[in-house]
Amino acid sequence: MNQAVVAEVVILVAVFHALLLSAAAMVWVERKVAAWLQQRHGPTLVGYAGLLQPFADIIKLIFKEELRPAAADKWLFYLAPAISAACSFAAFAVVPFGAETTFFGLLDEPVKLQVADVNVAVLVIFAIGSMSVYGIVLAGWASNSKYSLLGALRSSAQMISYELSYGMALASVLVMANSMSLTEIVNAQDGAWFGFIPRWFIFVNPIGALIFMTAGVAETNRAPFDFPEAEQELVAGYHTEYSSMSFALFFQAEYVNMVTVSAVTTDLFLGGWHGPLIPESFGWIWFLVKTGFLLFFYVWMRWTLPRYRYDQLMAFGWKVLLPLSVVNLLLTSAWVIYFGF
Amino acid sequence: MIAVGIAFAVTMLGLSSLLGPRKPTPEKLAPYECGMPPVGDARERQSVKFYLVAMIFLLFDIEVAFLYPWAMALRDLGWAGYVQVLLFMLLLLAGYVYVWRKGVLDWGAEST
Repeated sequence: MNQAVVAEVVILVAVFHALLLSAAAMVWVERKVAAWLQQRHGPTLVGYAGLLQPFADIIKLIFKEELRPAAADKWLFYLAPAISAACSFAAFAVVPFGAETTFFGLLDEPVKLQVADVNVAVLVIFAIGSMSVYGIVLAGWASNSKYSLLGALRSSAQMISYELSYGMALASVLVMANSMSLTEIVNAQDGAWFGFIPRWFIFVNPIGALIFMTAGVAETNRAPFDFPEAEQELVAGYHTEYSSMSFALFFQAEYVNMVTVSAVTTDLFLGGWHGPLIPESFGWIWFLVKTGFLLFFYVWMRWTLPRYRYDQLMAFGWKVLLPLSVVNLLLTSAWVIYFGF
Repeated sequence: MIAVGIAFAVTMLGLSSLLGPRKPTPEKLAPYECGMPPVGDARERQSVKFYLVAMIFLLFDIEVAFLYPWAMALRDLGWAGYVQVLLFMLLLLAGYVYVWRKGVLDWGAEST
Protein backbone atom coordinates (compact mmCIF):
# COMPACT_ATOMS: atom_id res chain seq x y z
CA MET A 1 0.00 0.00 0.00
CA ASN A 2 2.64 2.50 1.10
CA GLN A 3 4.89 1.33 -1.69
CA ALA A 4 2.17 1.96 -4.23
CA VAL A 5 1.69 5.53 -3.01
CA VAL A 6 5.42 6.21 -3.15
CA ALA A 7 5.57 4.74 -6.65
CA GLU A 8 2.64 6.95 -7.71
CA VAL A 9 4.36 10.07 -6.41
CA VAL A 10 7.65 9.11 -8.04
CA ILE A 11 5.91 8.55 -11.37
CA LEU A 12 4.06 11.87 -11.08
CA VAL A 13 7.23 13.82 -10.38
CA ALA A 14 9.11 11.96 -13.11
CA VAL A 15 6.39 12.55 -15.70
CA PHE A 16 6.13 16.22 -14.78
CA HIS A 17 9.84 16.76 -15.22
CA ALA A 18 9.93 14.65 -18.35
CA LEU A 19 7.23 16.86 -19.85
CA LEU A 20 9.11 20.03 -18.93
CA LEU A 21 12.31 18.62 -20.37
CA SER A 22 10.54 17.37 -23.46
CA ALA A 23 9.19 20.87 -24.11
CA ALA A 24 12.72 22.25 -23.84
CA ALA A 25 14.06 19.43 -26.00
CA MET A 26 11.35 20.00 -28.60
CA VAL A 27 12.28 23.68 -28.87
CA TRP A 28 15.83 22.59 -29.61
CA VAL A 29 14.75 19.83 -32.01
CA GLU A 30 12.43 22.22 -33.79
CA ARG A 31 15.18 24.77 -34.35
CA LYS A 32 17.74 22.16 -35.35
CA VAL A 33 15.46 20.34 -37.78
CA ALA A 34 14.31 23.64 -39.26
CA ALA A 35 17.93 24.60 -39.71
CA TRP A 36 18.78 21.31 -41.42
CA LEU A 37 15.80 21.58 -43.73
CA GLN A 38 16.92 25.06 -44.70
CA GLN A 39 20.65 24.19 -44.86
CA ARG A 40 21.58 26.29 -41.85
CA HIS A 41 23.23 25.32 -38.57
CA GLY A 42 20.62 26.41 -36.05
CA PRO A 43 21.67 27.15 -32.46
CA THR A 44 25.32 26.24 -31.89
CA LEU A 45 26.68 28.63 -29.27
CA VAL A 46 25.15 27.62 -25.93
CA GLY A 47 26.37 24.18 -24.90
CA TYR A 48 27.29 21.33 -27.25
CA ALA A 49 25.46 21.88 -30.58
CA GLY A 50 23.29 24.48 -28.88
CA LEU A 51 21.73 21.91 -26.55
CA LEU A 52 21.49 24.38 -23.67
CA GLN A 53 19.81 27.05 -25.81
CA PRO A 54 16.28 26.40 -24.46
CA PHE A 55 17.50 26.74 -20.87
CA ALA A 56 19.28 29.98 -21.71
CA ASP A 57 16.04 31.19 -23.27
CA ILE A 58 14.03 30.33 -20.17
CA ILE A 59 16.48 32.10 -17.85
CA LYS A 60 16.41 35.12 -20.11
CA LEU A 61 12.61 35.15 -20.14
CA ILE A 62 12.42 34.99 -16.33
CA PHE A 63 14.49 38.16 -16.07
CA LYS A 64 12.49 40.04 -18.68
CA GLU A 65 9.97 42.74 -17.90
CA GLU A 66 6.38 41.61 -17.60
CA LEU A 67 4.18 43.94 -19.65
CA ARG A 68 0.44 44.09 -19.18
CA PRO A 69 -1.49 46.49 -21.42
CA ALA A 70 -3.14 49.25 -19.40
CA ALA A 71 -6.60 48.35 -20.67
CA ALA A 72 -6.19 44.64 -20.05
CA ASP A 73 -8.24 42.66 -17.59
CA LYS A 74 -5.70 41.96 -14.85
CA TRP A 75 -6.95 38.67 -13.47
CA LEU A 76 -7.93 37.08 -16.73
CA PHE A 77 -4.64 38.21 -18.24
CA TYR A 78 -2.68 36.11 -15.76
CA LEU A 79 -5.27 33.34 -15.53
CA ALA A 80 -5.04 32.53 -19.24
CA PRO A 81 -1.42 31.27 -19.38
CA ALA A 82 -1.96 29.40 -16.12
CA ILE A 83 -4.96 27.59 -17.63
CA SER A 84 -3.01 26.76 -20.77
CA ALA A 85 -0.07 25.38 -18.81
CA ALA A 86 -2.19 23.42 -16.32
CA CYS A 87 -4.31 21.86 -19.09
CA SER A 88 -1.26 20.80 -21.04
CA PHE A 89 0.11 18.93 -18.04
CA ALA A 90 -3.22 17.52 -16.94
CA ALA A 91 -3.94 15.80 -20.24
CA PHE A 92 -0.79 13.69 -20.05
CA ALA A 93 -1.74 12.38 -16.60
CA VAL A 94 -4.04 9.71 -18.05
CA VAL A 95 -1.66 8.58 -20.80
CA PRO A 96 -0.03 5.21 -20.06
CA PHE A 97 3.49 4.90 -21.42
CA GLY A 98 4.51 1.38 -20.49
CA ALA A 99 3.26 -2.02 -19.36
CA GLU A 100 2.75 -2.83 -15.69
CA THR A 101 6.10 -3.17 -14.01
CA THR A 102 7.63 -3.93 -10.62
CA PHE A 103 10.81 -1.98 -11.50
CA PHE A 104 12.88 -5.20 -11.59
CA GLY A 105 11.47 -6.58 -8.37
CA LEU A 106 11.85 -3.35 -6.44
CA LEU A 107 8.13 -3.32 -5.68
CA ASP A 108 6.00 -6.17 -4.40
CA GLU A 109 3.00 -5.29 -6.56
CA PRO A 110 3.30 -4.21 -10.17
CA VAL A 111 2.29 -0.59 -10.87
CA LYS A 112 1.00 0.90 -14.08
CA LEU A 113 3.30 3.34 -15.82
CA GLN A 114 0.93 6.28 -15.85
CA VAL A 115 0.08 9.05 -13.41
CA ALA A 116 -3.61 8.32 -13.03
CA ASP A 117 -5.33 5.15 -14.17
CA VAL A 118 -8.72 6.41 -15.30
CA ASN A 119 -11.04 3.95 -16.99
CA VAL A 120 -12.53 6.71 -19.16
CA ALA A 121 -9.11 8.13 -20.09
CA VAL A 122 -10.25 8.90 -23.61
CA LEU A 123 -13.03 11.15 -22.29
CA VAL A 124 -10.62 12.92 -19.96
CA ILE A 125 -8.28 13.74 -22.83
CA PHE A 126 -11.20 14.95 -24.93
CA ALA A 127 -12.48 17.13 -22.07
CA ILE A 128 -9.11 18.67 -21.23
CA GLY A 129 -8.54 19.32 -24.91
CA SER A 130 -11.72 21.38 -24.90
CA MET A 131 -10.69 23.19 -21.70
CA SER A 132 -7.45 24.41 -23.22
CA VAL A 133 -9.56 26.53 -25.59
CA TYR A 134 -10.37 28.64 -22.51
CA GLY A 135 -6.73 29.59 -22.09
CA ILE A 136 -6.58 30.92 -25.64
CA VAL A 137 -9.95 32.71 -25.60
CA LEU A 138 -9.25 34.35 -22.24
CA ALA A 139 -5.80 35.42 -23.40
CA GLY A 140 -7.25 37.09 -26.46
CA TRP A 141 -10.12 38.70 -24.57
CA ALA A 142 -8.11 39.90 -21.58
CA SER A 143 -5.34 41.49 -23.66
CA ASN A 144 -7.79 43.97 -25.19
CA SER A 145 -5.72 44.11 -28.34
CA LYS A 146 -7.19 43.65 -31.79
CA TYR A 147 -4.65 41.11 -32.94
CA SER A 148 -5.04 39.07 -29.78
CA LEU A 149 -8.81 39.03 -29.98
CA LEU A 150 -8.84 38.09 -33.65
CA GLY A 151 -6.25 35.39 -33.09
CA ALA A 152 -8.19 33.98 -30.17
CA LEU A 153 -11.49 33.96 -32.07
CA ARG A 154 -9.91 32.30 -35.05
CA SER A 155 -8.10 29.67 -33.10
CA SER A 156 -11.11 28.82 -30.95
CA ALA A 157 -13.23 28.44 -34.09
CA GLN A 158 -10.51 26.24 -35.55
CA MET A 159 -10.13 24.13 -32.43
CA ILE A 160 -13.82 23.47 -31.97
CA SER A 161 -14.21 22.67 -35.68
CA TYR A 162 -11.48 20.05 -35.62
CA GLU A 163 -12.51 18.75 -32.22
CA LEU A 164 -15.49 17.05 -33.92
CA SER A 165 -13.39 15.00 -36.32
CA TYR A 166 -10.99 14.30 -33.47
CA GLY A 167 -13.85 12.95 -31.36
CA MET A 168 -15.27 10.89 -34.22
CA ALA A 169 -11.90 9.28 -34.94
CA LEU A 170 -11.60 8.54 -31.23
CA ALA A 171 -15.04 6.90 -31.25
CA SER A 172 -13.97 4.58 -34.07
CA VAL A 173 -11.07 3.41 -31.89
CA LEU A 174 -13.44 2.87 -28.97
CA VAL A 175 -15.58 0.69 -31.19
CA MET A 176 -12.61 -1.43 -32.21
CA ALA A 177 -11.12 -1.79 -28.74
CA ASN A 178 -14.47 -1.92 -26.91
CA SER A 179 -12.95 0.07 -24.07
CA MET A 180 -12.41 3.64 -22.97
CA SER A 181 -9.30 2.88 -20.96
CA LEU A 182 -6.12 3.70 -22.85
CA THR A 183 -4.33 0.76 -21.23
CA GLU A 184 -6.94 -1.65 -22.56
CA ILE A 185 -6.90 0.04 -25.97
CA VAL A 186 -3.16 -0.51 -26.13
CA ASN A 187 -3.47 -4.10 -24.99
CA ALA A 188 -6.07 -4.74 -27.69
CA GLN A 189 -3.28 -4.03 -30.19
CA ASP A 190 -0.94 -6.68 -28.83
CA GLY A 191 0.34 -9.46 -31.09
CA ALA A 192 0.62 -9.68 -34.85
CA TRP A 193 -1.22 -11.04 -37.88
CA PHE A 194 0.50 -13.76 -39.88
CA GLY A 195 3.36 -13.37 -37.44
CA PHE A 196 4.77 -10.14 -38.83
CA ILE A 197 2.13 -7.41 -39.28
CA PRO A 198 1.62 -5.81 -35.85
CA ARG A 199 -2.04 -5.61 -34.83
CA TRP A 200 -1.89 -1.84 -34.55
CA PHE A 201 -5.09 0.03 -35.22
CA ILE A 202 -3.39 2.16 -37.86
CA PHE A 203 -3.40 -0.92 -40.11
CA VAL A 204 -7.03 -1.74 -39.36
CA ASN A 205 -8.32 1.80 -39.53
CA PRO A 206 -5.83 3.89 -41.55
CA ILE A 207 -8.43 6.57 -42.38
CA GLY A 208 -9.26 6.99 -38.71
CA ALA A 209 -5.57 7.33 -37.89
CA LEU A 210 -5.10 9.89 -40.64
CA ILE A 211 -8.12 11.91 -39.47
CA PHE A 212 -6.97 11.74 -35.87
CA MET A 213 -3.47 12.94 -36.70
CA THR A 214 -4.71 15.75 -38.95
CA ALA A 215 -7.19 16.91 -36.33
CA GLY A 216 -4.48 16.56 -33.70
CA VAL A 217 -2.22 18.92 -35.61
CA ALA A 218 -5.08 21.41 -35.87
CA GLU A 219 -5.91 20.99 -32.17
CA THR A 220 -2.37 21.84 -31.16
CA ASN A 221 -2.35 24.82 -33.54
CA ARG A 222 0.67 23.62 -35.44
CA ALA A 223 1.56 24.30 -39.06
CA PRO A 224 -0.01 23.94 -41.56
CA PHE A 225 -2.88 24.83 -39.22
CA ASP A 226 -1.05 27.44 -37.10
CA PHE A 227 -3.63 30.20 -37.58
CA PRO A 228 -3.45 31.59 -34.06
CA GLU A 229 0.10 32.59 -34.91
CA ALA A 230 -0.27 33.55 -38.54
CA GLU A 231 2.55 36.07 -38.23
CA GLN A 232 1.93 37.80 -41.52
CA GLU A 233 -1.62 38.78 -40.62
CA LEU A 234 -1.99 38.57 -36.85
CA VAL A 235 1.48 39.46 -35.47
CA ALA A 236 1.49 36.66 -32.89
CA GLY A 237 -2.20 35.91 -32.48
CA TYR A 238 -3.59 35.42 -29.02
CA HIS A 239 -0.27 35.94 -27.23
CA THR A 240 0.69 39.19 -28.96
CA GLU A 241 0.54 41.11 -25.70
CA TYR A 242 2.29 38.53 -23.58
CA SER A 243 5.91 38.85 -22.60
CA SER A 244 8.36 37.30 -20.19
CA MET A 245 7.25 34.16 -18.33
CA SER A 246 3.56 34.35 -19.22
CA PHE A 247 4.59 34.12 -22.87
CA ALA A 248 6.89 31.24 -22.01
CA LEU A 249 3.98 29.40 -20.39
CA PHE A 250 1.98 29.57 -23.64
CA PHE A 251 5.02 28.40 -25.56
CA GLN A 252 5.61 25.55 -23.16
CA ALA A 253 1.92 24.59 -23.28
CA GLU A 254 2.08 24.37 -27.06
CA TYR A 255 5.02 21.99 -26.99
CA VAL A 256 3.64 19.86 -24.14
CA ASN A 257 0.35 19.61 -26.05
CA MET A 258 2.30 18.36 -29.04
CA VAL A 259 3.95 15.71 -26.89
CA THR A 260 0.58 14.70 -25.43
CA VAL A 261 -1.13 14.39 -28.80
CA SER A 262 1.77 12.32 -30.13
CA ALA A 263 1.67 10.09 -27.06
CA VAL A 264 -2.10 9.62 -27.37
CA THR A 265 -1.76 8.84 -31.07
CA THR A 266 0.89 6.27 -30.20
CA ASP A 267 -1.42 4.66 -27.67
CA LEU A 268 -4.47 4.72 -29.89
CA PHE A 269 -3.10 3.76 -33.28
CA LEU A 270 0.53 2.67 -33.07
CA GLY A 271 0.19 -0.03 -30.44
CA GLY A 272 1.62 1.96 -27.53
CA TRP A 273 4.48 0.06 -25.91
CA HIS A 274 3.97 -3.12 -27.92
CA GLY A 275 6.57 -3.90 -30.50
CA PRO A 276 8.95 -6.60 -31.65
CA LEU A 277 12.45 -7.33 -30.28
CA ILE A 278 12.14 -5.47 -26.99
CA PRO A 279 10.71 -7.38 -23.97
CA GLU A 280 7.49 -6.10 -22.43
CA SER A 281 9.19 -4.59 -19.38
CA PHE A 282 11.22 -2.31 -21.64
CA GLY A 283 8.18 -1.46 -23.74
CA TRP A 284 8.49 2.21 -22.87
CA ILE A 285 11.46 2.32 -25.25
CA TRP A 286 9.09 1.49 -28.11
CA PHE A 287 6.70 4.10 -26.77
CA LEU A 288 9.44 6.73 -26.78
CA VAL A 289 10.57 5.77 -30.28
CA LYS A 290 7.06 5.99 -31.72
CA THR A 291 6.22 9.23 -29.93
CA GLY A 292 9.56 10.67 -30.99
CA PHE A 293 8.90 9.77 -34.58
CA LEU A 294 5.49 11.48 -34.48
CA LEU A 295 7.05 14.57 -32.92
CA PHE A 296 9.70 14.67 -35.62
CA PHE A 297 6.90 14.32 -38.14
CA TYR A 298 5.21 17.39 -36.62
CA VAL A 299 8.36 19.48 -36.97
CA TRP A 300 9.09 18.14 -40.43
CA MET A 301 5.58 19.07 -41.55
CA ARG A 302 5.79 22.57 -40.11
CA TRP A 303 8.89 23.42 -42.12
CA THR A 304 7.72 21.72 -45.30
CA LEU A 305 4.11 22.76 -45.80
CA PRO A 306 2.84 26.31 -46.25
CA ARG A 307 -0.03 27.54 -44.11
CA TYR A 308 -3.58 27.08 -45.32
CA ARG A 309 -5.87 30.02 -45.97
CA TYR A 310 -8.49 30.47 -43.28
CA ASP A 311 -11.45 29.68 -45.54
CA GLN A 312 -9.60 26.58 -46.77
CA LEU A 313 -9.07 25.52 -43.17
CA MET A 314 -12.73 25.83 -42.24
CA ALA A 315 -13.89 24.25 -45.50
CA PHE A 316 -11.50 21.32 -45.02
CA GLY A 317 -12.57 20.78 -41.43
CA TRP A 318 -16.30 20.97 -41.98
CA LYS A 319 -16.73 19.74 -45.54
CA VAL A 320 -14.08 17.04 -45.83
CA LEU A 321 -12.84 15.87 -42.46
CA LEU A 322 -16.17 15.78 -40.62
CA PRO A 323 -18.16 13.75 -43.23
CA LEU A 324 -15.15 11.49 -43.74
CA SER A 325 -14.88 10.79 -40.02
CA VAL A 326 -18.61 10.06 -39.71
CA VAL A 327 -18.48 7.64 -42.65
CA ASN A 328 -15.34 6.07 -41.21
CA LEU A 329 -17.04 5.58 -37.85
CA LEU A 330 -20.12 4.00 -39.44
CA LEU A 331 -18.02 1.67 -41.61
CA THR A 332 -15.83 0.67 -38.68
CA SER A 333 -18.80 -0.13 -36.48
CA ALA A 334 -20.51 -2.10 -39.27
CA TRP A 335 -17.28 -4.07 -39.67
CA VAL A 336 -17.10 -4.70 -35.94
CA ILE A 337 -20.71 -5.91 -35.75
CA TYR A 338 -20.35 -8.11 -38.81
CA PHE A 339 -16.99 -9.72 -38.10
CA GLY A 340 -16.99 -9.41 -34.33
CA PHE A 341 -13.69 -7.55 -34.35
CA MET B 1 -1.25 16.65 -12.22
CA ILE B 2 -3.58 19.64 -12.64
CA ALA B 3 -2.49 20.87 -9.22
CA VAL B 4 1.17 20.43 -10.12
CA GLY B 5 0.57 22.24 -13.39
CA ILE B 6 -1.16 25.17 -11.69
CA ALA B 7 1.55 25.33 -9.03
CA PHE B 8 4.21 25.39 -11.74
CA ALA B 9 2.44 28.17 -13.63
CA VAL B 10 1.92 30.31 -10.52
CA THR B 11 5.54 29.80 -9.41
CA MET B 12 6.87 30.78 -12.80
CA LEU B 13 4.65 33.86 -13.06
CA GLY B 14 5.58 34.91 -9.52
CA LEU B 15 9.27 34.34 -10.17
CA SER B 16 9.34 36.47 -13.26
CA SER B 17 7.35 39.27 -11.63
CA LEU B 18 9.86 39.23 -8.76
CA LEU B 19 12.99 39.09 -10.89
CA GLY B 20 11.99 41.08 -13.94
CA PRO B 21 12.39 44.85 -14.14
CA ARG B 22 9.29 47.00 -13.98
CA LYS B 23 9.52 50.37 -15.69
CA PRO B 24 6.14 50.97 -17.28
CA THR B 25 5.62 53.84 -19.68
CA PRO B 26 2.32 54.70 -21.38
CA GLU B 27 3.73 53.58 -24.73
CA LYS B 28 4.77 50.21 -23.37
CA LEU B 29 1.37 49.61 -21.87
CA ALA B 30 -0.54 50.42 -25.03
CA PRO B 31 -1.87 47.45 -27.02
CA TYR B 32 0.36 46.52 -29.95
CA GLU B 33 -0.75 48.00 -33.22
CA CYS B 34 2.37 47.96 -35.37
CA GLY B 35 3.72 51.11 -33.72
CA MET B 36 0.69 53.28 -34.44
CA PRO B 37 -1.35 54.74 -31.61
CA PRO B 38 -4.20 52.28 -31.02
CA VAL B 39 -7.46 53.13 -32.75
CA GLY B 40 -10.61 52.55 -30.74
CA ASP B 41 -11.37 49.58 -28.54
CA ALA B 42 -10.55 46.00 -29.46
CA ARG B 43 -13.79 44.57 -28.12
CA GLU B 44 -15.94 45.45 -31.06
CA ARG B 45 -18.44 43.50 -33.06
CA GLN B 46 -16.93 40.48 -34.75
CA SER B 47 -18.01 38.49 -37.76
CA VAL B 48 -21.22 36.57 -37.07
CA LYS B 49 -19.55 33.51 -38.64
CA PHE B 50 -17.79 32.76 -35.37
CA TYR B 51 -21.08 32.53 -33.50
CA LEU B 52 -22.57 30.29 -36.18
CA VAL B 53 -19.58 27.97 -35.98
CA ALA B 54 -19.95 27.86 -32.20
CA MET B 55 -23.61 26.93 -32.55
CA ILE B 56 -23.17 24.14 -35.07
CA PHE B 57 -20.23 22.92 -33.03
CA LEU B 58 -22.56 22.52 -30.04
CA LEU B 59 -24.99 20.42 -32.07
CA PHE B 60 -22.32 18.13 -33.48
CA ASP B 61 -20.42 17.91 -30.23
CA ILE B 62 -23.49 16.65 -28.41
CA GLU B 63 -23.83 14.10 -31.17
CA VAL B 64 -20.26 12.95 -30.56
CA ALA B 65 -20.97 12.78 -26.84
CA PHE B 66 -23.99 10.57 -27.59
CA LEU B 67 -21.91 8.34 -29.79
CA TYR B 68 -19.39 7.47 -27.08
CA PRO B 69 -21.74 5.33 -24.94
CA TRP B 70 -23.13 3.85 -28.15
CA ALA B 71 -19.63 2.93 -29.28
CA MET B 72 -19.05 1.18 -25.97
CA ALA B 73 -22.30 -0.78 -26.12
CA LEU B 74 -22.10 -1.54 -29.84
CA ARG B 75 -21.34 -5.26 -29.47
CA ASP B 76 -24.44 -5.75 -27.31
CA LEU B 77 -26.75 -3.58 -29.38
CA GLY B 78 -25.83 -5.19 -32.69
CA TRP B 79 -27.57 -4.21 -35.90
CA ALA B 80 -30.62 -2.73 -34.15
CA GLY B 81 -28.47 -0.13 -32.42
CA TYR B 82 -26.57 0.44 -35.64
CA VAL B 83 -29.71 1.22 -37.62
CA GLN B 84 -30.94 3.57 -34.90
CA VAL B 85 -27.72 5.56 -35.01
CA LEU B 86 -27.86 5.52 -38.78
CA LEU B 87 -31.33 7.12 -38.64
CA PHE B 88 -30.05 9.66 -36.14
CA MET B 89 -27.18 10.45 -38.49
CA LEU B 90 -29.59 10.87 -41.40
CA LEU B 91 -31.63 13.40 -39.41
CA LEU B 92 -28.43 15.23 -38.60
CA LEU B 93 -27.40 15.04 -42.24
CA ALA B 94 -30.50 17.04 -43.18
CA GLY B 95 -29.41 19.84 -40.87
CA TYR B 96 -25.83 19.55 -42.13
CA VAL B 97 -26.93 19.92 -45.76
CA TYR B 98 -29.10 22.90 -44.82
CA VAL B 99 -26.20 24.60 -43.05
CA TRP B 100 -23.90 23.87 -45.97
CA ARG B 101 -26.37 25.23 -48.55
CA LYS B 102 -26.91 28.34 -46.44
CA GLY B 103 -23.19 29.03 -46.77
CA VAL B 104 -22.33 28.89 -43.08
CA LEU B 105 -19.31 26.75 -43.88
CA ASP B 106 -17.99 29.15 -46.53
CA TRP B 107 -15.45 31.60 -45.26
CA GLY B 108 -14.17 32.91 -48.55
CA ALA B 109 -15.33 35.93 -50.51
CA GLU B 110 -19.00 36.74 -50.01
CA SER B 111 -20.82 34.63 -52.56
CA THR B 112 -24.44 35.02 -51.46
